[in-house]
Amino acid sequence: MSWTRYAAPQRFYPLAGRALPWFAAAALLLTLAGLYIGLVLAPTDHQQGDSYRIIFVHVPAAWMSMICYLALAFWAAVGLIFNTRLASMLAVALAPTGAWMTFLALWTGALWGKPTWGTWWVWDARLTSELILLFLYIGFMSLHAAIDDERRADRAAALLALVGAVNVPVIYFSVQWWNTLHQGASVSLTQAPSMARVMLAGMLVMTLAFWMYCIAAVLARVRVIILERERHARWARPLLEAA
Amino acid sequence: MNWSSLAEFAHMGGYGLYVWGSFGMCALVLAAETWGLRSRRRNLRQLPLDEADDLEHRPIHEA
Repeated sequence: MSWTRYAAPQRFYPLAGRALPWFAAAALLLTLAGLYIGLVLAPTDHQQGDSYRIIFVHVPAAWMSMICYLALAFWAAVGLIFNTRLASMLAVALAPTGAWMTFLALWTGALWGKPTWGTWWVWDARLTSELILLFLYIGFMSLHAAIDDERRADRAAALLALVGAVNVPVIYFSVQWWNTLHQGASVSLTQAPSMARVMLAGMLVMTLAFWMYCIAAVLARVRVIILERERHARWARPLLEAA
Repeated sequence: MNWSSLAEFAHMGGYGLYVWGSFGMCALVLAAETWGLRSRRRNLRQLPLDEADDLEHRPIHEA
Protein backbone atom coordinates (compact mmCIF):
# COMPACT_ATOMS: atom_id res chain seq x y z
CA MET A 1 0.00 0.00 0.00
CA SER A 2 1.47 3.30 -1.01
CA TRP A 3 1.82 5.92 1.73
CA THR A 4 0.73 8.56 -0.77
CA ARG A 5 -2.84 7.45 -0.18
CA TYR A 6 -2.62 9.57 2.96
CA ALA A 7 -2.31 12.64 0.77
CA ALA A 8 -6.10 12.62 0.72
CA PRO A 9 -7.47 14.79 3.52
CA GLN A 10 -10.17 12.19 4.15
CA ARG A 11 -7.57 9.52 4.94
CA PHE A 12 -5.07 11.74 6.69
CA TYR A 13 -7.71 13.01 9.12
CA PRO A 14 -8.15 9.74 11.07
CA LEU A 15 -4.43 8.95 10.86
CA ALA A 16 -3.63 12.27 12.47
CA GLY A 17 -6.34 11.60 15.02
CA ARG A 18 -4.76 8.31 16.04
CA ALA A 19 -1.25 9.76 16.25
CA LEU A 20 -2.23 12.87 18.17
CA PRO A 21 -2.67 11.38 21.67
CA TRP A 22 0.75 9.72 21.48
CA PHE A 23 2.49 12.99 20.72
CA ALA A 24 0.51 14.78 23.41
CA ALA A 25 1.39 12.13 25.98
CA ALA A 26 5.05 12.21 24.95
CA ALA A 27 5.05 16.00 25.26
CA LEU A 28 3.60 15.82 28.76
CA LEU A 29 5.99 13.15 30.05
CA LEU A 30 9.05 14.76 28.50
CA THR A 31 8.06 18.15 29.89
CA LEU A 32 7.72 16.77 33.39
CA ALA A 33 11.07 14.97 33.11
CA GLY A 34 12.75 17.99 31.57
CA LEU A 35 11.43 20.40 34.19
CA TYR A 36 12.62 18.07 36.93
CA ILE A 37 16.10 17.81 35.44
CA GLY A 38 16.35 21.51 34.69
CA LEU A 39 14.77 23.06 37.76
CA VAL A 40 15.55 20.51 40.47
CA LEU A 41 18.55 18.38 39.49
CA ALA A 42 20.78 20.68 37.47
CA PRO A 43 23.24 22.66 39.61
CA THR A 44 23.47 26.43 39.86
CA ASP A 45 25.82 27.93 37.29
CA HIS A 46 28.89 29.52 38.86
CA GLN A 47 28.80 32.47 36.44
CA GLN A 48 25.11 33.10 35.79
CA GLY A 49 23.62 31.72 38.98
CA ASP A 50 20.11 30.39 38.46
CA SER A 51 19.17 32.72 35.60
CA TYR A 52 20.76 30.25 33.17
CA ARG A 53 17.82 27.91 33.78
CA ILE A 54 15.90 29.91 31.18
CA ILE A 55 17.95 27.87 28.71
CA PHE A 56 15.56 24.98 29.31
CA VAL A 57 12.76 26.83 27.52
CA HIS A 58 14.65 29.38 25.46
CA VAL A 59 16.70 26.96 23.35
CA PRO A 60 13.82 24.53 22.68
CA ALA A 61 11.54 27.41 21.64
CA ALA A 62 14.22 28.85 19.36
CA TRP A 63 14.98 25.52 17.71
CA MET A 64 11.28 24.81 17.21
CA SER A 65 10.76 28.28 15.71
CA MET A 66 13.25 27.34 13.01
CA ILE A 67 12.13 23.73 12.55
CA CYS A 68 8.48 24.76 12.21
CA TYR A 69 9.41 27.31 9.58
CA LEU A 70 11.45 24.79 7.58
CA ALA A 71 8.57 22.30 7.77
CA LEU A 72 6.15 25.06 6.73
CA ALA A 73 8.33 26.03 3.75
CA PHE A 74 8.69 22.36 2.79
CA TRP A 75 4.94 21.68 2.76
CA ALA A 76 4.30 25.00 1.05
CA ALA A 77 6.71 23.95 -1.71
CA VAL A 78 5.07 20.52 -2.02
CA GLY A 79 1.65 22.15 -2.23
CA LEU A 80 2.88 24.57 -4.85
CA ILE A 81 4.68 22.01 -6.98
CA PHE A 82 2.21 19.12 -6.82
CA ASN A 83 -0.92 21.21 -6.33
CA THR A 84 -2.02 19.04 -3.41
CA ARG A 85 -4.47 20.54 -0.93
CA LEU A 86 -3.29 18.71 2.16
CA ALA A 87 0.30 19.90 1.83
CA SER A 88 -0.90 23.52 1.82
CA MET A 89 -3.16 22.80 4.78
CA LEU A 90 -0.16 21.50 6.71
CA ALA A 91 1.80 24.65 5.93
CA VAL A 92 -1.10 26.79 7.16
CA ALA A 93 -1.42 24.60 10.27
CA LEU A 94 2.27 25.01 11.12
CA ALA A 95 2.28 28.79 11.04
CA PRO A 96 0.60 29.72 14.36
CA THR A 97 2.58 27.15 16.35
CA GLY A 98 5.82 28.33 14.76
CA ALA A 99 4.91 31.93 15.47
CA TRP A 100 4.27 31.14 19.14
CA MET A 101 7.65 29.38 19.37
CA THR A 102 9.34 32.43 17.84
CA PHE A 103 7.58 34.74 20.29
CA LEU A 104 8.65 32.53 23.20
CA ALA A 105 12.25 32.48 21.99
CA LEU A 106 12.27 36.28 21.85
CA TRP A 107 10.45 36.72 25.17
CA THR A 108 12.56 34.24 27.16
CA GLY A 109 15.66 35.58 25.44
CA ALA A 110 14.84 39.10 26.58
CA LEU A 111 14.25 37.91 30.14
CA TRP A 112 17.60 36.14 30.04
CA GLY A 113 19.39 39.06 28.43
CA LYS A 114 18.38 41.58 31.08
CA PRO A 115 20.20 39.97 34.03
CA THR A 116 23.03 38.60 31.86
CA TRP A 117 23.84 41.42 29.42
CA GLY A 118 22.10 44.29 31.19
CA THR A 119 19.65 44.81 28.33
CA TRP A 120 16.28 43.40 27.20
CA TRP A 121 17.21 43.78 23.54
CA VAL A 122 20.06 44.44 21.17
CA TRP A 123 20.03 44.64 17.37
CA ASP A 124 22.59 41.92 16.86
CA ALA A 125 22.40 39.44 13.96
CA ARG A 126 20.72 36.59 15.79
CA LEU A 127 18.09 38.55 17.66
CA THR A 128 17.25 40.66 14.63
CA SER A 129 16.92 37.68 12.29
CA GLU A 130 14.75 35.87 14.85
CA LEU A 131 12.50 38.95 15.02
CA ILE A 132 12.32 38.90 11.22
CA LEU A 133 11.26 35.25 11.49
CA LEU A 134 8.32 36.35 13.63
CA PHE A 135 7.38 38.94 11.01
CA LEU A 136 7.58 36.24 8.32
CA TYR A 137 5.18 33.99 10.24
CA ILE A 138 2.78 36.88 10.79
CA GLY A 139 3.16 37.88 7.13
CA PHE A 140 2.37 34.35 6.00
CA MET A 141 -0.76 34.17 8.13
CA SER A 142 -1.89 37.69 7.18
CA LEU A 143 -1.34 37.18 3.46
CA HIS A 144 -3.24 33.92 3.57
CA ALA A 145 -6.12 35.49 5.47
CA ALA A 146 -6.27 38.43 3.06
CA ILE A 147 -7.02 36.34 -0.02
CA ASP A 148 -10.56 35.00 -0.32
CA ASP A 149 -9.90 32.10 -2.68
CA GLU A 150 -8.39 29.42 -0.45
CA ARG A 151 -6.17 27.82 -3.09
CA ARG A 152 -4.89 31.16 -4.38
CA ALA A 153 -4.18 32.13 -0.79
CA ASP A 154 -2.24 28.87 -0.35
CA ARG A 155 -0.10 29.60 -3.40
CA ALA A 156 0.62 33.25 -2.59
CA ALA A 157 1.50 32.48 1.01
CA ALA A 158 3.65 29.56 -0.14
CA LEU A 159 5.74 31.92 -2.25
CA LEU A 160 6.23 34.21 0.71
CA ALA A 161 7.22 31.25 2.88
CA LEU A 162 9.78 30.05 0.34
CA VAL A 163 11.36 33.46 -0.15
CA GLY A 164 11.59 33.85 3.63
CA ALA A 165 13.23 30.47 4.12
CA VAL A 166 16.66 32.00 3.51
CA ASN A 167 16.28 33.65 6.93
CA VAL A 168 16.58 30.34 8.77
CA PRO A 169 20.23 29.61 7.90
CA VAL A 170 20.92 33.28 8.63
CA ILE A 171 19.56 32.84 12.16
CA TYR A 172 21.47 29.61 12.65
CA PHE A 173 24.86 30.76 11.31
CA SER A 174 24.59 34.36 12.51
CA VAL A 175 26.76 33.69 15.56
CA GLN A 176 29.51 32.34 13.29
CA TRP A 177 29.24 34.89 10.48
CA TRP A 178 29.02 38.04 12.58
CA ASN A 179 30.26 39.47 15.84
CA THR A 180 27.19 39.01 17.99
CA LEU A 181 26.28 39.65 21.59
CA HIS A 182 24.33 36.38 21.54
CA GLN A 183 26.67 33.56 22.46
CA GLY A 184 27.91 30.99 19.97
CA ALA A 185 26.87 27.37 19.71
CA SER A 186 27.38 25.25 22.82
CA VAL A 187 26.30 22.08 21.05
CA SER A 188 27.41 20.93 17.64
CA LEU A 189 27.42 17.80 15.53
CA THR A 190 31.21 17.74 15.36
CA GLN A 191 32.47 18.70 18.80
CA ALA A 192 31.87 17.77 22.43
CA PRO A 193 29.34 20.06 24.12
CA SER A 194 30.72 22.86 26.20
CA MET A 195 28.16 22.61 28.99
CA ALA A 196 27.74 20.35 32.01
CA ARG A 197 26.09 17.00 31.24
CA VAL A 198 23.04 17.43 33.48
CA MET A 199 22.33 20.81 31.92
CA LEU A 200 22.73 19.36 28.43
CA ALA A 201 20.41 16.47 29.32
CA GLY A 202 17.76 18.88 30.56
CA MET A 203 18.04 20.99 27.43
CA LEU A 204 17.72 18.00 25.11
CA VAL A 205 14.77 16.52 26.99
CA MET A 206 12.96 19.86 26.92
CA THR A 207 13.74 20.26 23.21
CA LEU A 208 12.16 16.88 22.55
CA ALA A 209 9.21 17.89 24.73
CA PHE A 210 8.66 21.08 22.73
CA TRP A 211 8.97 19.10 19.51
CA MET A 212 6.34 16.58 20.57
CA TYR A 213 4.08 19.42 21.65
CA CYS A 214 4.47 21.22 18.32
CA ILE A 215 3.63 18.06 16.38
CA ALA A 216 0.56 17.48 18.53
CA ALA A 217 -0.62 21.08 18.14
CA VAL A 218 -0.08 21.05 14.38
CA LEU A 219 -1.88 17.71 13.98
CA ALA A 220 -4.82 19.04 15.97
CA ARG A 221 -4.91 22.22 13.92
CA VAL A 222 -4.65 20.52 10.53
CA ARG A 223 -7.57 18.29 11.51
CA VAL A 224 -9.68 21.38 12.18
CA ILE A 225 -8.50 22.93 8.91
CA ILE A 226 -9.41 19.75 7.02
CA LEU A 227 -12.93 19.85 8.43
CA GLU A 228 -13.26 23.55 7.68
CA ARG A 229 -12.17 23.16 4.09
CA GLU A 230 -13.80 19.83 3.30
CA ARG A 231 -17.04 20.55 5.10
CA HIS A 232 -19.08 20.19 1.89
CA ALA A 233 -17.90 16.62 1.44
CA ARG A 234 -20.17 13.80 2.55
CA TRP A 235 -17.51 12.08 4.63
CA ALA A 236 -17.01 15.24 6.67
CA ARG A 237 -20.63 15.68 7.75
CA PRO A 238 -20.74 13.23 10.66
CA LEU A 239 -17.37 14.50 11.87
CA LEU A 240 -18.54 18.10 11.82
CA GLU A 241 -21.59 17.24 13.85
CA ALA A 242 -19.48 15.39 16.37
CA ALA A 243 -16.94 18.21 16.68
CA MET B 1 18.85 18.72 44.96
CA ASN B 2 19.66 22.43 44.91
CA TRP B 3 16.82 23.81 46.98
CA SER B 4 16.34 23.50 50.72
CA SER B 5 12.88 25.08 50.64
CA LEU B 6 10.04 26.02 48.31
CA ALA B 7 10.81 29.68 49.00
CA GLU B 8 14.35 29.16 47.76
CA PHE B 9 13.03 27.43 44.66
CA ALA B 10 10.71 30.35 43.93
CA HIS B 11 13.49 32.85 44.59
CA MET B 12 15.84 31.23 42.02
CA GLY B 13 18.92 32.83 43.52
CA GLY B 14 17.49 36.29 43.01
CA TYR B 15 16.49 35.66 39.39
CA GLY B 16 12.95 34.54 40.16
CA LEU B 17 11.29 37.23 38.07
CA TYR B 18 13.25 36.29 34.96
CA VAL B 19 13.09 32.52 35.35
CA TRP B 20 9.41 32.32 36.31
CA GLY B 21 8.57 35.06 33.82
CA SER B 22 10.00 32.77 31.16
CA PHE B 23 8.51 29.46 32.28
CA GLY B 24 5.24 31.21 33.10
CA MET B 25 4.91 32.70 29.63
CA CYS B 26 5.56 29.26 28.11
CA ALA B 27 2.74 27.83 30.22
CA LEU B 28 0.48 30.72 29.20
CA VAL B 29 1.20 30.23 25.50
CA LEU B 30 0.56 26.51 25.82
CA ALA B 31 -2.79 27.23 27.48
CA ALA B 32 -3.69 29.89 24.91
CA GLU B 33 -2.84 27.69 21.96
CA THR B 34 -4.74 24.65 23.23
CA TRP B 35 -7.73 26.76 24.24
CA GLY B 36 -7.68 28.45 20.84
CA LEU B 37 -7.67 25.09 19.09
CA ARG B 38 -10.55 23.79 21.20
CA SER B 39 -12.49 26.95 20.51
CA ARG B 40 -11.87 26.74 16.77
CA ARG B 41 -13.03 23.13 16.78
CA ARG B 42 -16.22 24.02 18.64
CA ASN B 43 -16.99 26.76 16.10
CA LEU B 44 -16.93 24.20 13.30
CA ARG B 45 -20.57 23.47 13.99
CA GLN B 46 -21.58 27.00 13.11
CA LEU B 47 -20.00 26.90 9.68
CA PRO B 48 -22.49 26.77 6.81
CA LEU B 49 -22.64 23.21 5.50
CA ASP B 50 -24.88 23.88 2.55
CA GLU B 51 -23.14 25.25 -0.57
CA ALA B 52 -26.08 27.58 -1.11
CA ASP B 53 -25.65 29.16 2.31
CA ASP B 54 -21.94 29.62 1.97
CA LEU B 55 -21.26 33.32 1.31
CA GLU B 56 -17.96 32.54 -0.35
CA HIS B 57 -19.78 30.61 -3.06
CA ARG B 58 -22.56 33.07 -3.62
CA PRO B 59 -22.68 34.18 -7.28
CA ILE B 60 -21.30 37.67 -7.83
CA HIS B 61 -24.52 39.21 -9.15
CA GLU B 62 -26.31 38.45 -5.89
CA ALA B 63 -23.82 40.51 -3.86
